[in-house]
Order: sequence, then C-alpha cells, then structure tokens
Amino acid sequence: MKLDAKIPQGPLAEKWSKHKFNLKLVNPANKRKYTVIVVGTGLAGSSAAASLAQLGYNVKAFCFQDSPRRAHSIAAQGGINGAKNYQNDGDSVYRLFYDTIKGGDYRSREGNVYRLAEVSVNIIDQCVAQGVPFAREYGGLLDNRSFGGSQVSRTFYARGQTGQQLLLGAYSSLNRQINLGKVKMFTRHEMMDVVTIDGEAKGIVTRDLISGAIETHSAHAVLLCTGGYGNVFYLSTNAMGCNVTAAWKAHKRGAYFANPCFTQIHPTCIPVTGEHQSKLTLMSESLRNDGRVWAPKTKELAEKIRKGELKASELKEDDRDYFLERKYPAFGNLVPRDVASRNAKEIVDEGRGVGTSGIAVYLDFAESISRLGEDAVRAKYGNLFDMYKQITDENPYKQPMRIYPAVHYTMGGLWVDYNLQTTVKGLYCLGEANFSEHGANRLGASALMQGLADGYFVIPYTLGDYLATIGPKEIEANHPAFEETKKNVVDRINKLLSLKGNKTVSEYHRELGHIMWEYCGMARTEEGLIKAKGLIRELKEDFWKNAIVTGINEEFNQNLENAGRVADFIELGELMVDDALDRKESCGGHFRLESQTPEGEALRDDDNYAYVAAWQYNGDNQPESLHKEELVFENVKLTQRSYK
Amino acid sequence: MNLTLKVWRQKNAKAKGELVSYQADHVSPDMSFLEMLDVVNEGLIKKGDDPIHFDHDCREGICGSCSLHINGRPHGPKQGITTCQLHMRSFNDKDTIVIEPWRAEGFPVIKDLSTDRSAFDRIQVAGGFISVNTGGAPDANVIPIPKVVADEAFNSATCIGCGACVAACKNASAMLFVSAKVSQLALLPQGQPERYRRVQAMVAQMDAEGFGSCTNTGACEAECPKEISITNIARMNRDYFTAKLLKSEE
Ligand SMILES: Cc1cc2nc3c(=O)[nH]c(=O)nc-3n(C[C@H](O)[C@H](O)[C@H](O)COP(=O)(O)OP(=O)(O)OC[C@H]3O[C@@H](n4cnc5c(N)ncnc54)[C@H](O)[C@@H]3O)c2cc1C
Ligand code: SF4
Ligand code: FES
Repeated sequence: MKLDAKIPQGPLAEKWSKHKFNLKLVNPANKRKYTVIVVGTGLAGSSAAASLAQLGYNVKAFCFQDSPRRAHSIAAQGGINGAKNYQNDGDSVYRLFYDTIKGGDYRSREGNVYRLAEVSVNIIDQCVAQGVPFAREYGGLLDNRSFGGSQVSRTFYARGQTGQQLLLGAYSSLNRQINLGKVKMFTRHEMMDVVTIDGEAKGIVTRDLISGAIETHSAHAVLLCTGGYGNVFYLSTNAMGCNVTAAWKAHKRGAYFANPCFTQIHPTCIPVTGEHQSKLTLMSESLRNDGRVWAPKTKELAEKIRKGELKASELKEDDRDYFLERKYPAFGNLVPRDVASRNAKEIVDEGRGVGTSGIAVYLDFAESISRLGEDAVRAKYGNLFDMYKQITDENPYKQPMRIYPAVHYTMGGLWVDYNLQTTVKGLYCLGEANFSEHGANRLGASALMQGLADGYFVIPYTLGDYLATIGPKEIEANHPAFEETKKNVVDRINKLLSLKGNKTVSEYHRELGHIMWEYCGMARTEEGLIKAKGLIRELKEDFWKNAIVTGINEEFNQNLENAGRVADFIELGELMVDDALDRKESCGGHFRLESQTPEGEALRDDDNYAYVAAWQYNGDNQPESLHKEELVFENVKLTQRSYK
Repeated sequence: MNLTLKVWRQKNAKAKGELVSYQADHVSPDMSFLEMLDVVNEGLIKKGDDPIHFDHDCREGICGSCSLHINGRPHGPKQGITTCQLHMRSFNDKDTIVIEPWRAEGFPVIKDLSTDRSAFDRIQVAGGFISVNTGGAPDANVIPIPKVVADEAFNSATCIGCGACVAACKNASAMLFVSAKVSQLALLPQGQPERYRRVQAMVAQMDAEGFGSCTNTGACEAECPKEISITNIARMNRDYFTAKLLKSEE
C-alpha cells in the first residue's frame, strides 16, 4: 500500500483553512444517526468525545480507570504551549512551528506541525472559558514561562499541575455531554480488540474489568486516544496502567505503526533507588527555568561526594561544571530534552555522577533562591519541591536536587494521515498514541497542546468527511466479524489464564525493561540492538511457557489485566528494536553511536533517512514490512541542529 | 524492617470480608507503601494465590486512584499526601499495619481494598461544568482575573477526587469534594451564569447518592491529601441558600 499522508497542497499558512473548506460536512439532522467510539479519556479522548457529542454525534467513551478524570494526562506538570505572544517577546505561529520542527530534528511533517501551532491559540481560549485556573500576573492577565528548545515564553501553566487542570477542564466538558445524554461513558473497561468489516473499523471488543464480561460495541468510526507506550521500559514516568494494548491490537488489524523507536528520555527525573522501584517521578522541565544543572569538575571530587565525604553545597564554584551552560551558551539549561539527557549520561559515564549510586547529576536552585528569595521559588515550584522531599527525604531548598534521565514520552505511535486516520479506514488515532507532530524529539509543553488540538480542533472537522462518505446507515451489529473478534479475545484470555509457571508477569516486565533500557535507550548500536532482538524473542517464548497468571476471567483480576498488557509490550519491544536497527542515522532522541558529529551530537542523514518509518504487521513471529513516507520540506531548511 | 499486615480481603461486592494477616519482611525504608504491597503480592502470585487488589495508577499523588485506610486513617499517618506518596520510612520495624478500604455507603467495596467511587462522577455530571461549546471562546485575556481570585480558584481545583474526605467523616459526607468544584467555578467570572443552578444540581445529586450531611467536625479537611480548605463548604452553603432564595423569588 502506498502511504498517502493527504497533506493539502498550497502555502503552509493556508493548508488547514483550505482543507477545512474542502472536507465534506454531515448535515446537522443526520449527525444523530451516527455513533462514534472514543477509547481513552485523557486530554485527547475527553476533548474529542465532548466536541463530537456537541456536534450531535452519539459517543461511546471508554477508559480503564474508575473515572475518566484519572487518565494519565492528569499527571502532566509543567505547562502547555500556545503561540499567543502575550509577552511581546517575538513569538508567532510560525516561530512555534519552526521550533517544533527543529526540536523534532526534522522528522515531522511541516503541514501537521503548522496546523498544530495555528490552533494552539484557540486551545488556551477554550480552556480559560471552561474555568481552567491558569497562573496569572497581578494585573489579572495570563502568565507564561519558558520551556526547553525555545527562546520565547509561550508556556501557560497552573502551578506544577497543568495537566490536572486541563484534564479536569476537558472532563467537565465531557460531563456536560454525559449530562445531556450525548456521551455514554464506560469506565473500568479495557479495549481488547478492534472489529473490522471489509477493512473498515466498525467497533471494538471490551472487557469489563470488574465482572470480566467480554462485550462488543459497534460504531461508524473508532477513535483511539489511548496514550503512550513508555512503560515498555518498565520504569518510566508514566502511570502504572499506561499500555500499548489498544494501539497494538489495532496494529495487528492493519494499522501501521510509525517510528516506534522514537522515545523521549526526560533529563530531570528522580534517580532510581532500588530493585523494588515501580515507577520514576518526573521533576518538571519548568525547573530548568531557575535551576542550574551541574556536576563536579573531576572524578575525584565526584567520588568524595558519593562517599559522603563532601556535600554538594560545600563544593567551590570553581570545582563545579555547569556543563549545559558551558557547552550551549545560547540555550544554556534550556536545551531540548534529548540534548540535556545525553549530556547527563556522558557525565555519569565519565565517572562524574553523584548520589550513592553515582547515577545522577545536580539541579541546583541556590542561585535562584538567593536572587529571588525562597518564597518566590516556593510559589513557582512548591509542589515539585515537596514531591522531591517526600520521595528522597532530602530538602531541595538546602541541597541541590539529584536528577537523572528517565523514559517519559513516546513520539512513535500509530501512523495517521493529515486527517488523523490510520491505515485502517474509520480508525483514527489521537494524542500521544499517534506518531504525528513531534518528529524524533518532542519539545516540552507540546504534548498537552497536541492532545487538545487533535481532540478539540482537528477531529471534529476531519471525522465528518469520512462519516459523510460512508453515510448514516446502521452498522450491522450482528455481522459475524463481531463474534469472531470476540472469540479471539476470549481464546487469548484463556491462554493467559492457563499459564501456571513460576515467574510473575512483573518479573517479565522488569526484564523486558532492562533489555530495552540497555540496548534501545539513550544510546543504541547495531550490535546491541541485534543482541536485544534475540533476548526479546527468548523472553517472549519463556513468557508463554513459564509466566504465572492467577484467578479466572469472571472477576476483578488485576494480574490477568497486567499479563495481557505485558504480553503486548514484549511484542512491541521487538518492533522498536527493528525500527532502531533500520534507522542507521541519529536524530533527536534516537542516538546511534555510529552516527555522531565530532562534538558528539546526533548526526542526521537526510539523504537516506528523511522518512517516517511505518511498519506493517504480517502475522505472529513474521518480520514486519517497512513502508516509507518521505518527508517533504518546502519551508524550513534542514540544518544540523545547534543550540550553541 | 519486618512488618505484620492486616489486610481487608473480600472476594467481591457480595462476599463477606475479613482481615487477613500477612508478613512483609525485608522492607526497605525507601520503598513506597504501594511498592511494599507489590512485593507482598508478588509473593502471593508465586504461590498461586489471588493478589491483594487495590486501585492505583499515577503513583505520584495526582490521579486520585489510590485509596487506602491505613491504621484507621485515610492515606495513612502523614498530612497532605496520598497513599502512593507514603514511604515506609514513616513506619518502624515490627509494626503491625491495618489496611482497609474506604468505608462509606456511597463507596461500596468492589474487591479487597478497591471501592466504587462512581458516585463522585455522577455528582460532577450533574453540574460540575461551565456550558461552553468547543470553538467560539473569546480571547483568553479578554477577562482579567485578579491573581488572588485565580489562585484561590486554583486551590479549590486541586481536588483529586480520591474520596478521603468521605472516608474520614463520621457522617460519610461528600461536602468537601462537592464544594471544591462549586467554589472553583463560583470564584471565576466564567462560572457566574450557571452559578446557582450548578450548586443546586450538584447538591441534589450528592444527596441522592446517599452521602451524609455535614456537622462541621472538620475531619475531611484534616485528612484531605490536597489540603482542600473547609472554607469551600462555607462558600457552597452560602451559594446554596442564595440559590434557594432566588428560586423562591422567581
Ligand atoms: C509525569 C508526566 C508529566 C508530563 N508533563 C507534561 C507537560 O508539562 N506538558 C506536556 O505538554 N506534556 C506533558 N507530559 C506528556 C503528556 O502528559 C501526555 O503525552 C498526554 O497527557 C497524553 O494524553 P493522551 O490523551 O494522549 O493519553 P492519556 O492521558 O494517557 O490517556 C489515555 C487514556 O486511554 C485509556 N486507555 C488506554 N488503553 C486503553 C485500553 N486498552 N482500553 C480502554 N482505555 C484505554 C486510559 O484509560 C486513558 O483514559 C507529561 C507526561 C508525564 C508522564
Ligand atoms: S476534597 Fe480532598 S479528600 Fe476529598 S476528594 Fe478532594 S482531594 Fe480527596
Ligand atoms: S496512585 Fe495516583 S494518587 Fe495515588
């Protein structure tokens, strides 16, 4: 199949307006004859469900948590970008577009990214109208902060809880539509598969997580808004339930998976303390506005600190290496995430890491506290400092924070065209679950923006075009495809429940995580990736022989839920490794040791790799086929990214 | 450290539950409370037993999923945090820890430590929103909002919907939770048009769900992990009575 991204022709700034005009409309009286399934109630799903219901469609929404408000978006901390230029500091839609393309190391589509920047301004308006309490200045107008990879202040925030406030805003809009009877909400339901009829998505199969009932739901279109797959690494900043199951099942039904190896490793997370650790905690990027990243200048000093013979605060200015400020004077501590992470890793590899494990660098607020006062710092970051203290038992007002990179976000995801449609007709993908706007590295505060752009301002237009084409005739809920798909789901559950080996599902998950982090993490080599592939295959075989899954299907069974998710992660892991092997260049978060500049920065190979890698599933244990969507750049010039 | 746990086990909503003792050995003080339970569960699974079920997701105090009653207190002994933020360094070697689910008529037990809090969603559905359509919102800076007001609305808006306030209250009242939303929207200019309709709808739903009434004991505020202030309840009461007056004048 030839991939057609359906990016409209014409000048960049006119593409979206023109496209909107060209899309077919569904007549208002006909809208109520359509049903749309929305899986996921994070920013992408809640905003899509509310907006589509408002247009008049009947929406069925699903999430696996006990409430739509608990989707992982709730945990986002730092902020959301919007090209409002309220600060008069030179921001514009074009600059946000440019920063995003560059930040993504030129591996995203110009058309999509421009549209994202364009609607970013509407998002802020929408949220304020819903009652989202963004931070304000004394004059009563909205305040902004800066995020990595940009030299303007365009990030809107609500203390360190921006995701929570945005999601509660979207949740309130969703609630309004539930109240009006336009959305039917299914909580504690997990999507287990997509139902396709003649290659078009017509419904899903779900499991009621309390009763175990396997149900089918039919609809005219299905939207997957199921979030990212960072938990393939076991340890990540994602919530425990984040999974790839919905996207993976769609992949197996024909949706191509794009750029699976593009993973974002976030530079500022609280370091790992032990084997028992179940997740990692992010310290928001916004902290790099006022915190300075450093490490001891020499190995010897680092050694003393690790042994507890010397305290960080006792180290003389001259003995500190503010390595980001030193190497990147223009952006300093605000370089993009991939660059900051790689530099921290380098310091640790050189033996200059701190903390008892030696796997950390410092993020220091001493200078800001003396300049602004402790109260001002507390007002901006109080909840993050509290969180740090709670976890580490150390006071970051007195001692610098210890931080280290951790898996945070996945740029890869289901391939979608400009309309957010996957390669399966009628199946759409929004938010972190799709691969679109962030290329090989996402800029901070842009995921929330993308999720809400997709849900509030893109899908309400593009979905109508498809629905108008297929017409409002009823879906045959009795079509045999529903029973067949359901049977597959039941068979697989039974297979999982028959596993009575000697190793827990979490043990497999942890092992998979080790393999991925070691060989497909911050630095990748051909040799390592080949090794990883073998290890994952062995792990998969072993899982289906020796895992233990307790209990039965007809009950609340968290062990069974987890088993299904981990089994899917193992399969995804192999595809990520294949993708990383194929891409012999370095770009953004994908760093192949074989491809670096003399200064050790990621070296792209635009002649051979300026494409989106979209993978097609060919059956169990079969190699997947690679389809390339060439990226066309008409407006920006591809250059070696520099933040010096 | 070595600990004895007494955990509420209940197969499903209809079954009778009981406290069952477990031994948790070699617990590291750096572990979180839920990681300690993970280890216990790994041991149970290895024996082929049903692991202890509890709700959790973000594990950083923001999603509101976790909900354990620990030694008689919602979210355990420490102020201002959720169960998932509690670390084992808050306990001592050889302690016995009693772990139970939220106890309230409005939150029936589903299994073990997991309860059904969907009543909270239904209260929000009844009126916890501003009726604004997607698109057509005015520029975000058109209405300035004094910083103190915005900050106060934000404070109310930080409620995570965990239900500890209900679990802490001897009347199982949901007033703190409901008033947090009512206050947030009543403080903001955008929330004014529906202000009085909202409070009535939400209170009516709260009553219909079987939550008790408020007798001002303040236990909710004391146990709330987000330190939501009881002032919100006063604000809600004021609006509720104003709403009634307005209605009688109509
Ligand atoms: C700690 C942290 C901080 C962050 N901070 C920021 C920030 O400051 N700024 C920023 O821009 N971005 C930030 N991000 C990234 C951003 O939060 C996410 O990318 C974004 O919220 C994802 O939203 P989503 O709607 O795509 O998915 P999610 O919010 O993850 O929602 C997924 C939904 O899908 C449902 N679901 C998943 N699988 C299934 C299934 N099989 N069946 C049924 N339902 C399913 C879930 O129940 C949930 O409702 C942060 C991320 C983390 C981890
Ligand atoms: S008011 Fe506090 S205790 Fe009650 S639900 Fe909200 S956060 Fe939880
Ligand atoms: S697990 Fe999210 S608040 Fe505790």
